[in-house]
Amino acid sequence: MIGLQHYLILGALLFCISIAGIFLNRKNIIVLLMAIELMLLSVNMNFVAFSRFLGNMDGQVFVFFVLTVAAAEAAIGLAILILVFRNRQTINVAEIDTLKG
Amino acid sequence: MMEFNTSELTLLIPEMLLLTMACVVLVADLFIPEQRRGITYLLSIATLVFTAIAILRLHDGSAIATTVIMNGAFVRDQLGDVLKLCILGVTGIVFVYSKAYLRERNLFKGEFYVLCLFAVLGMMVIVSSANMLSVYLGIELLALSSYTLVALNRDSGVASESAMKYFVLGAMASGMLLYGISMIYGATGTIDFQTMSEVIAAGGANGMILSFGLVFVVIGLAFKFGAVPFHMWLPDVYEGAPTAVTLFISSAPKLAAVAMALRLLDFGLGGLFEHWQQMLIIMAVLSLMLGNVVAIAQTNIKRMLAYSTIAHVGFMLLGILSGSETGYAAAMFYAITYAIMSAGAFGVVILLSRAGFEAETLDDFAGLNRRNPWYAFVMLSMMASLAGIPPFVGFFAKLQIINAVVDVNLTWLAIVAVIFSVIGVFYYLRIIKLMYMDEPTDEHPISPRVDMAAVLSINGALQLLLSIFAGPLIAVCVIAVSGIPG
Repeated sequence: MIGLQHYLILGALLFCISIAGIFLNRKNIIVLLMAIELMLLSVNMNFVAFSRFLGNMDGQVFVFFVLTVAAAEAAIGLAILILVFRNRQTINVAEIDTLKG
Repeated sequence: MMEFNTSELTLLIPEMLLLTMACVVLVADLFIPEQRRGITYLLSIATLVFTAIAILRLHDGSAIATTVIMNGAFVRDQLGDVLKLCILGVTGIVFVYSKAYLRERNLFKGEFYVLCLFAVLGMMVIVSSANMLSVYLGIELLALSSYTLVALNRDSGVASESAMKYFVLGAMASGMLLYGISMIYGATGTIDFQTMSEVIAAGGANGMILSFGLVFVVIGLAFKFGAVPFHMWLPDVYEGAPTAVTLFISSAPKLAAVAMALRLLDFGLGGLFEHWQQMLIIMAVLSLMLGNVVAIAQTNIKRMLAYSTIAHVGFMLLGILSGSETGYAAAMFYAITYAIMSAGAFGVVILLSRAGFEAETLDDFAGLNRRNPWYAFVMLSMMASLAGIPPFVGFFAKLQIINAVVDVNLTWLAIVAVIFSVIGVFYYLRIIKLMYMDEPTDEHPISPRVDMAAVLSINGALQLLLSIFAGPLIAVCVIAVSGIPG
């Protein structure tokens, strides 16, 4: 029987993969954007699982909003990506280092 | 259960007005020819003024009662109203300062105003949020507009790079915050702040999941504040963005961040005070330390002010972590005065810049007193106020915070804060020394337009005036936070 904790573990795993994707990634920005999407989806997994097991609809409503915002976020992320590419002719993370932060 | 009462909409008029006007500006700008772009600017200023009037109109003299509407998504109270008025005022200052700067750099486009107005709407939603969903949507509206604003100068490699960094780290912080929210939702079964605090007080929440969620929520919040160790984006964004955008990002959103911390941590998760207080203490001490020390090593004024922001965020966190009403009022007062100081400081940076020249290094301030004594004095009052030197208002803001921290028996924390502020005085005084003691390297005359000159002068005078009227303003903040059920 699949219980709540299984969903939560899956959600946590996806979340960890996405964090690792952001920090370990040395290749290109598109992978970063994918990791960010994955992060939001792992949160959605949590929300739906909790919502189902608590018998409360709030979590599922939240998921709709998260999905909508994720779409807007992806659009803006890709737009900035295009700007970076136009100005630098590269989307390699390691080469984007003019600013020392 | 799901009732919709049209009379609730009257309380939403300021937000609806702002949204409508932002859309009107967006469309109208398409039909305004390049040389008449000033109309967009005036429309945006008018929007801010009318929204402020709409907020004041709902007051009818007396203090407004706390009302939760839209099925618990939106709350209208004193705290929200005071902060919204301040946000609108600071944004108005930003618009006036940035006009000439944008025009000289060919960035004087409708997009700047539309995005700023949407960011203001996002801040107003955050300030008035009564559940997790409205906090999240407000944050995203503010963040998405800010990312785009940073990338406004499309041909600048530095700007697009800093926008990318801001975007990636910002989106990650939103993800963390959301993960925390989902855990808290799972532990308490609700996204509503009021119900949440009741469930936590009754002990009906799973403690482990709840504290797990709390950690992620605090991390997300710390990122939005720019507190150490989640401050990496701040110096890069401040340096990379056009100064007009830095001016906006450094001022008004800090007010929204304080409101967000109060709503989320006190209103919703007040029952976990001991847990989040520990985390905030660590972040506040680190922010004070790193901000003040690293700022000394900076030669770029925008980066220096970014590290100074980090130090000031440490102070705001001190007020919040004291957990008392005086502490919250002090944090709010601090945020309001900080927004005004920061706007003024970047205003002077903009003033010294001109077409093809950015006054970004500290040396550009050398001998400002010879070139124009009045603006040198304005910058002096900003720097002294940021450093917390009496009689400027920054001193009273710091004093309030330290009082509040000592009141809750965290005297060692107050001592740490004072020591690091004294260290911080060094880099503010360095600018004052450059302006008054050194020879000017750049003899270009300073001739701002009348509107900018007037607002900048008022902004400088406010540093002294506000300290005379600090008492009443603090009283307003105390009344505002007393509306929060503790």
